[in-house]
Amino acid sequence: MTEQTQQASPEHVEYVLRMGDNALILGQRVSEWCGHAPVLEEDMALANMALDLIGQARMLLTHAGRLEGRGRDEDGLAFQRNEPHFRNLTLCELPNDDFARTMVRNYLFSAFMVLLWERLLQSRDAELAAIAGKSIKEARYHVRHAGEWVLRLGDGTAESHARTQRALDYLWPYTAEIFADTPADAVAEDARVGPAWSTLEQDWMAMVVPVLEAATLSLPARTPFRSHGKVGRHSEHMGHLLAEMQYMQRVYPGANW
Amino acid sequence: MNMLTEAQAWKVLDTVADPEIPVISVTELGIVRAIDAGVDGLRVVVTPTYSGCPATEVIARDIRDALLQAGVARVDVEMRLSPAWTTDWIGEPAREKLRAYGIAPPGQCVPPGGALPLRFVPRNIPCPKCGSTDTARLSEFGSTACKALYRCQSCLEPFDYFKPI
Repeated sequence: MTEQTQQASPEHVEYVLRMGDNALILGQRVSEWCGHAPVLEEDMALANMALDLIGQARMLLTHAGRLEGRGRDEDGLAFQRNEPHFRNLTLCELPNDDFARTMVRNYLFSAFMVLLWERLLQSRDAELAAIAGKSIKEARYHVRHAGEWVLRLGDGTAESHARTQRALDYLWPYTAEIFADTPADAVAEDARVGPAWSTLEQDWMAMVVPVLEAATLSLPARTPFRSHGKVGRHSEHMGHLLAEMQYMQRVYPGANW
Repeated sequence: MNMLTEAQAWKVLDTVADPEIPVISVTELGIVRAIDAGVDGLRVVVTPTYSGCPATEVIARDIRDALLQAGVARVDVEMRLSPAWTTDWIGEPAREKLRAYGIAPPGQCVPPGGALPLRFVPRNIPCPKCGSTDTARLSEFGSTACKALYRCQSCLEPFDYFKPI
């Protein structure tokens, strides 16, 4: 990978870091299914997609560390930051709960990522554009996989429908945060690093609403509720996730094998 | 000093097998993008297959070891993301080797920006053993991230399908 020589703006770093944290934290959540999925095929599917997300996180965090220029690498960023320094969406850190909630979240998130990666192919940040070229291929099958399950579960038995609706009702308020811009969005858009995320909301709605409707799910109303993971104010679940994810590097800093 | 020309180095890498699919080489897989001779060694540019592919580091090590063993004094393996790897870079001879090994070779890639159909499962993947197209997908993810698991309804054998990406 090419070395970044010039110092990037803190907002540029933040924009990339936020994406890296989303991939890392959701990758950690999805990996929790390893050995626990309802059927073997889904166990493999989820483990593989968690690996994709963690691979994307490695590229993004490595890049964020170089942009920042303070000598932090992917491991330093993943394992040695405290909760308020993580910039992921609250949506990504929420517990998996059941298979329905996992699938609805993967669907809502990866639909957004397909749209975002598409735009980032044209990023002026050449490394971010390269990561987008790689990751969009993966996001496309992530959204297909989760979308197929949302349809099957939503339009399935009374039990699967009820659980999928409950999952959507639970997750939907957290999706507002995706499109609530922070100062990093405006700076990234001006510098042509990437779009302000608010500009993707319409396309995202146009993508997910027909699928949710086909799945016979009712769309919850938007409420004033806002989560704030993007600016480091996380839910009560984040500390538990980090405690498990960072345990080894906290006990043995720099451990290697 | 270099004992190998770039062309000779490519020949050496033709013998480095993919760790997961040992019948094809890293060059046939299309992940070796360039070999540049420098003053004191070789620089090999490699592109990863999947972001999270655990074989990537093994591949980089195997490439380095093979060239060092062939007498190159210094080998730098550089990872390059762009242009992103595609299964379209796997050539016809390698596809034949995959088939003979029992893995159905990948179909043509969907061009980026194309439609994203839901409820779409690629059908008519020919069975690598008997050639029948009466096959069904058992699992979108098989023994590795890059393969799906299929079953032939005709000869009843399960097989891996190398997914187009």
